[in-house]
Amino acid sequence: MIVEQNPIRDKIMAEKTNDSKYVVSVKDLTKKFGSFTAVNKISFDVTKGEIFGFLGANGAGKTTAIKMLIGLSKPSSGTAIVAGYDVIKNPEKVKYKIGYMSQKFSLYDDLKVFENIRLYAGIYGIPSKEIKSKINNLIEELGMEDMRNKLVGDLPLGWKQKLAFAVAMVHDPPIVFLDEPTSGVDPITRRQFWEMIYKASEKGITVFITTHYLDEAEYCTRASIMVDGVIEALDTPTKLKENLGVKSMQEVFVKLARG
Amino acid sequence: MSNIFLNINNISKSYGDIQALKDINFSVDEGELFGLIGPDGAGKTTLIRILITMLLPSTGDASINGLDVVKDFKKLRHLIGYMPGTFSLYEDLTVEENLKFFATIFNAKIKDNYHLIKDIYQQIEPFKDRRAGNLSGGMKQKLALSCALIHKPDILFLDEPTTGIDAVSRVELWDMLKKLKEQNLTIIVSTPYMDEAELCDKVAFMQKGEVMEINTPHQIVEDYDTPIYAIKGDSFYNLLLALRKMELTRTAFPFGESIHLTTYEEFNENELNKIICDYSNQKTETKRIKANIEDCFMAKMLKNK
Repeated sequence: MIVEQNPIRDKIMAEKTNDSKYVVSVKDLTKKFGSFTAVNKISFDVTKGEIFGFLGANGAGKTTAIKMLIGLSKPSSGTAIVAGYDVIKNPEKVKYKIGYMSQKFSLYDDLKVFENIRLYAGIYGIPSKEIKSKINNLIEELGMEDMRNKLVGDLPLGWKQKLAFAVAMVHDPPIVFLDEPTSGVDPITRRQFWEMIYKASEKGITVFITTHYLDEAEYCTRASIMVDGVIEALDTPTKLKENLGVKSMQEVFVKLARG
Repeated sequence: MSNIFLNINNISKSYGDIQALKDINFSVDEGELFGLIGPDGAGKTTLIRILITMLLPSTGDASINGLDVVKDFKKLRHLIGYMPGTFSLYEDLTVEENLKFFATIFNAKIKDNYHLIKDIYQQIEPFKDRRAGNLSGGMKQKLALSCALIHKPDILFLDEPTTGIDAVSRVELWDMLKKLKEQNLTIIVSTPYMDEAELCDKVAFMQKGEVMEINTPHQIVEDYDTPIYAIKGDSFYNLLLALRKMELTRTAFPFGESIHLTTYEEFNENELNKIICDYSNQKTETKRIKANIEDCFMAKMLKNK
């Protein structure tokens, strides 16, 4: 197997993430496209185990910022340390250390449940002798024993989402990025998904999440609201509401997002 | 007073073994703003595509203003405005060229119908020479809506116009729809956002190819008869887990900053709060509330399981 001979991965997986209390530490992070500044000197820290809501209007610069944090886009200036690594100096190491789940979850419909786990465990460089037990543990934890050999395409949405979330964390990352994970999902499944987020957070995993459902912003430990490339506000939902004298995160968003 | 404008009879649609729509029946009155509310996979897009004559039903029939969606598709297409879920204008044409193109293929003149799109189009007119591909999301949507209206349709279909759109733009879109409704346009809009149901005259709750309920949002909320309470506590997740274990609990789901608890029997607020407070070992606050649309949708989902 190709993954068996990947020296960078072996080295990274062997390293211990440094024990800073911040899992994400961003300072003056900036991204310019020509004369357009998409992200303008943003600074913030995210603590271990936090559920951090990253909110903003379409076009505010959220996606650009996230791409820099996950090592997919090189910042124009500023620094960002994610999961112990500098995204400018070591973007590849960052990618090995983080979990990521997008709205169209990245599972393969035509692979079985256990095959999907095996695939991602391999991609994330888990040694093959450990993969078997990893699969068994994960399936047991999810309560999916009788679905083990089912094609993912045949699973109900709720299970698919549960599996996708677990697979995004198959390599035990200190942080998982969730990009609109509940978009178009029914209200019950959406809430079940949030319960998984709570569970992950209780285990000390940091959750960095974007969403357009503003009731979900209320569930975050802290939330930031990005407007035109800058972070306009960052606090606990309670404080954000208090500061603006409003009752819901929906109102906070509408007040801030368009200035 | 009301005239039935759209009528759907026993429509089903299958793709091989998968039944995307199961025996759909309802009608929409002229000038009504009608919402198809449901998550991905509910069958909203399939139903809309059948109604706009782009897809044939497996069984059943539907008519718009007396014209059959299968037999009279050519005539119907002139009456129908359609804005699909994904941006489908020509990205390499300018804003103005797109509008002209859509007017021309319907044999319409922009100046004849300009009043219909004026409020919306004016906001993007300063960018009329910009290519559509270079517009922001909000502007693209305004252009798409203008193009869907430029031939003066009698009925407008919008497929998930607010999916992936931020809360501010969502409010703007619904304001535009409200204005269009004043011109007696019949509007069918699909959305996965339950709160938007409250902005419709009437809604169909859809789930897995079936219509679970059709009514006015007001009546749906009125008909909800399970005791429901909003609970707040110091430790949200622990409170949720505690509520789930309590025998009096029917369901407990997070709703913004509180948890909505439904019970098997009616309680006095204060008494219930004391029980929950003792059981969960934390300071709690309990209020008897009125269900919102999302509570109602979830109750229907659980009933249909």
